[in-house]
Amino acid sequence: MTERGFGVRATTRARHILSHLDALEAESVHILREVAAEFDRPALLFSGGKDSTVMLHLARKAFLPAPIPFPLLHVDTGHNFPETLEFRDRTVERFGVRLLVADVQSYIDAGLLQERADRTRNPLQTLPLLRAIEANRFDAVLGGGRRDEEKARAKERVFSLRDEFGQWDPRRQRPELWRLYNGRHRPGEHLRVFPLSNWTELDVWGYIRAEDIELPSIYFTHRREVFLRGGMWLAPGSWGGPGDGEPVQERMVRYRTVGDMSCTGAVDSPAASVDEVIAEIAASRVTERGSSRADDRMSEAAMEDRKREGYF
Amino acid sequence: MTTTEIAVGGLLRLATAGSVDDGKSTLVGRLLHDTSAVMPDQLEAVRRVSRDKGLAQADLALLTDGLRAEREQGITIDVAYRYFATAKRRFVLADTPGHVQYTRNMVTGASTAQLAVILVDARLGFVEQTGRHTVVSALLRVPHVALAVNKMDLVDHDEARFAEIAEEFTEYARRLGVPDVVAIPISALCGDNVVEPSPNMSWYAGPTLLEHLETVDTDGVPEATRFPVQYVVRAADFRGYAGQLSSGMLRVGDEVAVLPAGHHTRITGIELGGAPVQEAFAPQSAVVRLADAVDVARGDMIAPVATQPIPADRLLLVGCQLASRPIRVGDRVLLRHTTRTVRAVVEGIDERLDVHSLRTDNALDTLYTNEIALVSVRTAEPVAVDPYEANRHCGAVLLIDEASGDTLTAGMVGVPTWWP
Ligand SMILES: Nc1nc2c(ncn2[C@@H]2O[C@H](COP(=O)(O)OP(=O)(O)O)[C@@H](O)[C@H]2O)c(=O)[nH]1
Repeated sequence: MTERGFGVRATTRARHILSHLDALEAESVHILREVAAEFDRPALLFSGGKDSTVMLHLARKAFLPAPIPFPLLHVDTGHNFPETLEFRDRTVERFGVRLLVADVQSYIDAGLLQERADRTRNPLQTLPLLRAIEANRFDAVLGGGRRDEEKARAKERVFSLRDEFGQWDPRRQRPELWRLYNGRHRPGEHLRVFPLSNWTELDVWGYIRAEDIELPSIYFTHRREVFLRGGMWLAPGSWGGPGDGEPVQERMVRYRTVGDMSCTGAVDSPAASVDEVIAEIAASRVTERGSSRADDRMSEAAMEDRKREGYF
Repeated sequence: MTTTEIAVGGLLRLATAGSVDDGKSTLVGRLLHDTSAVMPDQLEAVRRVSRDKGLAQADLALLTDGLRAEREQGITIDVAYRYFATAKRRFVLADTPGHVQYTRNMVTGASTAQLAVILVDARLGFVEQTGRHTVVSALLRVPHVALAVNKMDLVDHDEARFAEIAEEFTEYARRLGVPDVVAIPISALCGDNVVEPSPNMSWYAGPTLLEHLETVDTDGVPEATRFPVQYVVRAADFRGYAGQLSSGMLRVGDEVAVLPAGHHTRITGIELGGAPVQEAFAPQSAVVRLADAVDVARGDMIAPVATQPIPADRLLLVGCQLASRPIRVGDRVLLRHTTRTVRAVVEGIDERLDVHSLRTDNALDTLYTNEIALVSVRTAEPVAVDPYEANRHCGAVLLIDEASGDTLTAGMVGVPTWWP
C-alpha cells in the first residue's frame, strides 16, 4: 500500500487507453462498489492468500477516503500455516476492518463435522461458511475466485446466486450483460460475488508488483521440512502428516496458493521476490491448481461438485 | 524479463460465435494453446481424455469444455470466459455457443465485446446461423467483426471459395452497419493463419487472426461523457460520488448536470483510488466531488451540461428475451439502467425480427426466449438514457422480474437504422 491512485501504469495514457491492469482494476472497483451499494450485509472472504489480499487492497482503494464498508470473514480450517494467520491478523489491524472467523475445528469438536481419513479439511469448510453466512445474515459474500483457475469456473458469473441452502444451480444463474450486475435475491438467498473474475494468476502478481502489496512470507522461497505425498511436497504439522514411510527432508520451497496444510503443496523454487515469482510463473509449465492443490486432483468434476454444495 | 512484460496495448474483449461443428472449440483451444495459456498438465488431461475416446490426436476442443451437464450432452450451452495474452495485448474471450436456440448467449457475450469472431465452415459457406451471428453483433454494436473462414484445408485452400464467402459476408455485415469487417481464411485444426501465417495459402496477404486481434484499433468513436453515480463516499469533511465512467472524460471545473433532476453544478475534485487528479476518462472508476450541496444519490447520472441526455419515461427498445419465460404486454417489471432501478410496465411488443430473412412479423404482444422484437415500456420515474447507437452503456437496459429477481430481457434503446 505504498501507492495511492489508479491509472499510474498506463503507458499510453495520452491516448486515453488504460493498461490491462488498470482496466481490470477499474472493473473490480466497480464490482466492489456495486456490492456496497446494492446489499444490506456484505462480507469479504479473507484467507490471507494472494487473491483475497489483492481483493482487500482493491476494496480499500474503492472507498477511500472512507473505510471499507464491510467486515472480513475467514474460514479457518485449523490447519493454517502460522505465517498466514500472523499475516491475516496484522493486515486486519492495519486496515482497521472487523474480522469474523468461522472455525472448522469447533465444528469437529462439537461433532457437527467429522475428520476425514486423509485428514484433509478443505472439503469441511462448506458447513462453517454457510452457517456463518446464515448467522450473520450476509446477503453478499465477496470471494477472490478467478475464472482462469479451473475449467468449471470459466462459466461462473461475477454475481453468482446461491439458494437458501447455499447451493449453486447452473440453471438459475443469470446472464450478465454490459456492466449491469443483477444482485436481486429472495430472503434467505445470497450472492457470491467475484470481483477478480477476469484476472489471471499473472495479472494478480503483476498487480502485486505494481502496487507493492505485502503477502505472507510463504509465497517466497524459504527452507522448510517437507515430505512427499501424492506427488506433492506437504509440510508436517499438527494436522497429522507425515505418515509411516514418508521421510521428511529439507528443501527450498515456496507456495503458489495458501490453504489447508494437509492439501496445499509447496513447489521447489528459489524465487525470493515478486519479480522472481513472476518470471517463474511466466515460464512455468503447470497450472496453479495442478501444482499445489491435492483436492482438485481427485476428479475433473471435483470443483464443480464442491461449488454445487456451496464451497467458494 | 521481456517475457513478463505482457499486454502493453491494454485489454481487448472479444466474443466468438459459430454453428455447431464449425470448429469454434478447436479454434479457441488453438488460440489458448499457441499463446501458452494452456499448461502441460491441462494438455496431458486433454490427451488422456482424447485417448479414452479413441481419438488419434489431442482434441484441443476439450480445453474449452465446461460443466458436466454440457459434457454429457456434448454441446456448450452457456457463455464461458477464456483468458490469454501476448506481448501486445491481454484478451478476455467470451466463448458463446452457436446452437440455434441460444441467441441470448451470443447477446450476452457480444454486450461487452469490442470484437466478434464469427466462424463459418468453408465447405458450407454463409449459412443461416452466420446471418444470426452477424445480426446479433450488429444489434449489440460490436465495432469490429472478423469472419474466420475455417476448414480451408477441406476446400484445397481455394482462394476463389474464400473470396466468395468473404464477399457475401462483408456485404451482409455492411448492410447492418458494422463499421469494421475483416475476413480471414484459416484452418483451426492445422493452425493455418490462426497464430502463424499459412504456408498453404500464399495468395492471402492479410493478417493472421491473432495479428488482427493484436492490432485492431480499440479507440472507437468518442461518446459524450456519462458518469453514473454508484455509491456515495462519506468521510469526515468529505462527500464524493463514486462511479465508473461509461464514456468520455471529466475534468475538474467542468459544468455538469445531475440527472434526472437536472440540477447544474461544477466538478471541484476528482479522485482515483484516493489520489486527487485533474481528469478521469472511461472506463476508469473514480470519485467525483461537486461544488454545490445538491442532493445526489445512487442512480443519478452526471453529464456535461452541454451534452446531457434527456430523461424520459417512455422508452422504445430492441428487446432480446433472455429468460426461459416470456414477457407480455401489461407485465410489471423492474427496469435497470446503469446504476438506476425503476419500476416499469411493458406497453407494447411488436415487430419481431426474423434474423434470417431480416423481416419482421407481428409478435402478438409476447416475447419468448431468444426472440428479438421492439418493446415499449413506461417507467415510474424518468431515466437519463441515450440511444444505444450513441452509447453502448447508457443505451442499455435490463428488464427484471421483481419477485424472483430473474433477468428477463436485454434492451437497447432506440431502433437501429437498418431495422426492417
Ligand atoms: N479438417 C478440419 N477439421 C476441423 C477444423 N477445425 C475443426 N475441425 C473439426 O471439426 C469438428 C468440429 O470441431 P469443434 O471444434 O468441436 O466444433 P464446434 O462445435 O464449433 O466447437 C471436429 O472434428 C474438429 O476436429 C479444420 O480447420 N479443418
